[in-house]
Amino acid sequence: MKKIYKNATEALDGILKDDMLIAAGGFGLCGIPELLLEAIKQSGVKDLTFASNNAGVDDFGIGILLQTRQVKKMMSSYVGENDEFMRQYLAGELEIEFNPQGTLAERMRAGGCGIPGFYTKTGVGTQVAEGKEHKDFNGQTYVLEEGIFADLSIVKAWKADETGNCIFRKTARNFNPPAAMCGKICVMEVEEIVPVGSLDSDHIHMPGIYVHRLIQGTHEKRIEQRTVRQKETA
Amino acid sequence: MPWDRNQMAERAAKELEDGMYVNLGIGIPTLVANYVGDKDITLQSENGMLGMGPFPFEGEEDPDLINAGKQTITEMDRTAYFDSSQSFGMIRGGKIAAAILGAMEVAENGDLANWMIPGKLVKGMGGAMDLVAGVGRVIVVMDHTNKHGASKVLKDCTLPLTGKGVVDLIISNLGVLEVVKGGLRIVETAPDVSEDDIRAATEATIV
Repeated sequence: MKKIYKNATEALDGILKDDMLIAAGGFGLCGIPELLLEAIKQSGVKDLTFASNNAGVDDFGIGILLQTRQVKKMMSSYVGENDEFMRQYLAGELEIEFNPQGTLAERMRAGGCGIPGFYTKTGVGTQVAEGKEHKDFNGQTYVLEEGIFADLSIVKAWKADETGNCIFRKTARNFNPPAAMCGKICVMEVEEIVPVGSLDSDHIHMPGIYVHRLIQGTHEKRIEQRTVRQKETA
Repeated sequence: MPWDRNQMAERAAKELEDGMYVNLGIGIPTLVANYVGDKDITLQSENGMLGMGPFPFEGEEDPDLINAGKQTITEMDRTAYFDSSQSFGMIRGGKIAAAILGAMEVAENGDLANWMIPGKLVKGMGGAMDLVAGVGRVIVVMDHTNKHGASKVLKDCTLPLTGKGVVDLIISNLGVLEVVKGGLRIVETAPDVSEDDIRAATEATIV
C-alpha cells in the first residue's frame, strides 16, 4: 500500500482525462488543493466539470483553470469573486449549476456513502427545485437531490500519516471531507506527512480509507479578505 | 427618526436569547454581534465553525481561519470546527435557533428573495437557501424601501425566491413587523416613525 507520491504531477499520473467530473475541497481560497490544481493546469486536460463550492479568484484556485479554458461546467453555490468566470459565463462559454451550499455538501457526502439521492426542504418553492421530484413527509414538502459520484477528488488537509489518516486545520476543513469521499479516486495534498503512529488515532478527522494518493508540499495559502481590528489604545 | 444600520443591528440583537446558537449573514447582520451584551450567544459560521470570535489584530491573521464572508476571524475557547456537510446538517436539522439575514424583498406570507436579480450578474445563493429552510427562526434586517422609495415589503415577491414562507420577523429602518396569518403585524416603530408611516412604506397587507 504505497500512497505517497513525489509531487502533484506524479500523483495525478494516469488519472486525468478530458470531460471528467472532479470534486474539489475548499471554501473560497481556504483549504483548497492548490498544488493539484496547478498540476491539472499543467496537464492541459480539458472540458472539466468541477463540483466545488466556489471558483477561486482570477489567478488562484480553480480560477487558473478558467484562464486556460479547461473548465466546461461548475457545480457551485457562490462564484462572486471571479471576473474571468463571469466573463466566460455571460459569453455562454461556461456552464454553471447553482446548488445551495448545504445541498452541494450533502450531495458529495451522499455520493461518498453510496446514497444516490436524498430529500431536502432546502430550495423548495425556488428555482433550484424546478423540474425535480417532490415528496411530502409528515405534512412537509421536500425535493429530491442526487448524490455526486465524481471521477476524481482533489482535497487538501493539514497533516496526514503515511496511510492517509488525516487532520484538517480550523476552517480549512470545510468541503474537503465530503469532496474526498465522493470520488472514485481521491488525491490529497498536505502540509506535512508524518510517520504512522504519530497521530492520535482518536483525533483523526478523516480515515485514510478515503485517500488513494498523497503528496506533501509547500502551500501559498492566500487570504481572500484580510480583515483586522485595531488594538485599543489605553 | 428611522433607525440607522447600527440601531437596526441593536434591535435585532434583542431577539436573541441566552444560550442560542445563531447564524449571522453578511452586512448589517454581522453588526448584531456587537450588541449581544451579556447574553451567552454562540455564533455559527457555515463554512464549519461554532464559536466565532472577532476579527484578528493586524499580523495575527490566519489563512486557515475565515468566516462565511471569507474574512479573517479568530477562534474562542469554546470554538469547534467541522466540515461543510455537518455544518449544514445542523442548519437543516433545526439545531441553529435563529438566522439574521439581509433581504432584497420580503412578502407578507414570509417569502424571501435575497439571492438574484434576473438580467443582472448572478453570484449564487451560497448557504442562504439552506439557512432559511432549516433554522428555527428567520429574522430579516433590511431597509424598508429601495433607493427609489419603492417598498421592499410586498404582497408578493417579484424576484426569484430564496425560500417560501420562511421569514418570521422583519426589522427595517422604520420598525419591526411580524409575519402572521393574513399579513404583517407591526410590533414596534422606530422613534418618531408612526404606524401610518410604516403603512405608507409597505405594499404588503398590515393586519
